[in-house]
Amino acid sequence: MPGAQKDIISRLQKDILLWQGFTPPLGCKTKGIGLGPLESAFPNGVFPTGTIHEMLCPTYEHAAATGGLIAGLLTRLMQQGGVCLWVSMHRQLFPAALASYNVEPHRVIFIDVQHEKDLLWVMEEALKCEGLAAVIAEVREISFAQSRRLQLAVENSKVTGFLLRNDPRKLGSTTCVARWQITPLPSQPHDGLPGLGFPRWQIDLLRVRNGNPGSWKLEWIDGNFIPVEEEKTVQIDLHERIAG
Amino acid sequence: MMNKRFVSLWFRHLLTDWLTLRRPELKPVPFVFASPVRGRVIITAANALAEAQGVAAGMTAADAKAIIVDLQVIDDIPGQADKLLKALGEWCIRYSPLIAADLPDGLLLDISGCAHLWGGEKEYLKEIVIRLRSKGYDVRGAMADTPGAAWAIARFGKVKPIIPPGEQADALIQLPPVALRLEPLVIERLQKLGFYTIKTFINMGRSVLRRRFGPELLLRLDQALGNIDEPLQLLHPVEPYAERLPCLEPIRTATGIEIAIKTLLEKLCIRLQGEGKGLRTAILKCYRVDGHVISADIGTNRASHHIGHLFKLFELKIPTLEPALGIELFTLEAPKIDDVEPEQEVLWQSESCGLDDTDLAELLDRLANKIGAGSIHRYLPQERYWPERSIKPAISINEKPQTSWRKDRPRPSILLPHPQQIEVTSPIPDYPPMLFIYKNETHHIKRSDGPERIEREWWLDEGEHRDYYQVEDQDGRRYWLFRSGHYAGSQAGQWFIHGFFA
Repeated sequence: MPGAQKDIISRLQKDILLWQGFTPPLGCKTKGIGLGPLESAFPNGVFPTGTIHEMLCPTYEHAAATGGLIAGLLTRLMQQGGVCLWVSMHRQLFPAALASYNVEPHRVIFIDVQHEKDLLWVMEEALKCEGLAAVIAEVREISFAQSRRLQLAVENSKVTGFLLRNDPRKLGSTTCVARWQITPLPSQPHDGLPGLGFPRWQIDLLRVRNGNPGSWKLEWIDGNFIPVEEEKTVQIDLHERIAG
Repeated sequence: MMNKRFVSLWFRHLLTDWLTLRRPELKPVPFVFASPVRGRVIITAANALAEAQGVAAGMTAADAKAIIVDLQVIDDIPGQADKLLKALGEWCIRYSPLIAADLPDGLLLDISGCAHLWGGEKEYLKEIVIRLRSKGYDVRGAMADTPGAAWAIARFGKVKPIIPPGEQADALIQLPPVALRLEPLVIERLQKLGFYTIKTFINMGRSVLRRRFGPELLLRLDQALGNIDEPLQLLHPVEPYAERLPCLEPIRTATGIEIAIKTLLEKLCIRLQGEGKGLRTAILKCYRVDGHVISADIGTNRASHHIGHLFKLFELKIPTLEPALGIELFTLEAPKIDDVEPEQEVLWQSESCGLDDTDLAELLDRLANKIGAGSIHRYLPQERYWPERSIKPAISINEKPQTSWRKDRPRPSILLPHPQQIEVTSPIPDYPPMLFIYKNETHHIKRSDGPERIEREWWLDEGEHRDYYQVEDQDGRRYWLFRSGHYAGSQAGQWFIHGFFA
């Protein structure tokens, strides 16, 4: 009997997700974006593309780590062709760094705007353009209504958007599918070699629409996100919570 | 070939009318323009009141003052007639695109194929003359198959201003030889011999006329009769790719402007498409009722003849077009044209990595037209070690990298535009410092990689080399530091932060 109830509940959940615009993955073979266990935080256990993600980067260090994570995600998003637009007012990303994440920097077009209002206009126009793999914008302030406009723009084009929020004091509620914060973690020496190990981050999903927020630790090794060993405990906790 | 038609406009009192417009108090006063020539002051132009009393251009001012005691003499303004005619010509562009100034006191309009838009030749000429007269210019106009005949009828015609096609010879023979735009010397000689009308010599042998009066008479006669073409010195040379749209009613609304732009783009794009070309720049000019011309221009990254896309670019500019009392004429010119690259086949999609996408090119055009093309950047690798110079801006959207991106040397996600000095403690040779202070925060260095020595490109600039270290602090934050120059003990001012690693 409890088994039947679970079935009904999971079916209902799937229906609700469908009405909210999350289509279940086609078949079970979908590879995902490569974030490993982290993807279970999202509805249907799939990293949502065609929506807008919000990333908090209050400091340069956070921004640098976020840049790394996004570059890792771009590798997958740009696999099907399509270029990426990076919109900002005071750009700091060093294009050449993208190469070490297997993203060809010449396929990223940087739009350096003068005014904040142009920034959101550019982002909205870009999100409407179907050929793009992703649009990334460094935004200080965005209202709920503005974020909704962006969400409407991606609904037809299925472009994935990233908002980098560099002023945490201006955070309000938005329509973004998830709010992330990426913090650098001390790296571990690899095979006993001296010096720096692979880049390692703590990834906090502070908010996930229809999903489960949580915290994960990932490393970027040879073009893949690899979960850090001790991270398993966190995941178990999470599963317990879902079950409960 | 279409039958050519010309209008000649003669401003009988061009300069004096203009001055009366600027200084209305001169309206009831006889006045003249004059300039000194070899010690005498010669009248160059007289207004209608002065002329009525027998004062004419060419007299000395002293003689004229003897005739009219209260005659006002105003200094001639050199070049003013030329300037005025150009301005009037600009205004007349609403009637025809082909306008030539006809110094010293007239305009010539090539109106082939224009008159029907105003409901016929009679209405067309009437409209021009009435509009110019209402502006305050005493103007006479005439229409004929040749500029020469129109010129003659405008100035000397007494019967009717419009000479029907092919009848210019009949109209001309009644006129005096001065109507042929001849040199004063030739006219004098003709008059001396008793040729008071053109009729009297038009049927004489050509060789006789040439021997007696020179080749100029024959040339002018042929031009007036239409035996040879007379090219006009146009105010606006015709752009090879241009369209015009005159409006019967002045346009005042944004919707009206939109329709006009669409109509013009359709005409132009169909033509471009047929020739396999697309435009790179386009200029829209709106001629307003009040005589001002307002314009908007667009540019594209790739040659395009896509009406929808080009219209979107103009759409962003419509708010800047102030119609005021209304716009009478729209013109669209495409000064820069390129061949359109044929659409990429899907087959090549993966290789082109998405940069050839038409939607993308159109998006970038829209962005460039709103926030400026200088805001859009794309970078290509450059074979340089100096970090700031390891990338170079791409010139065009289609430019491909000449070399591959290097992955063997770590480069930070964030590179500061200018390295910032940091305070360090207890540095030892060939190692990064134990700790550094950046923005009042102390970072204890736990791990490090390096150094990577990068030499300056001495042929570009002078200075010390840099020894770069990749370091990680107690919290796992990763930085790119460098020491400028060789190790020099605890000497301050040697260490800099240049970037942040992911």
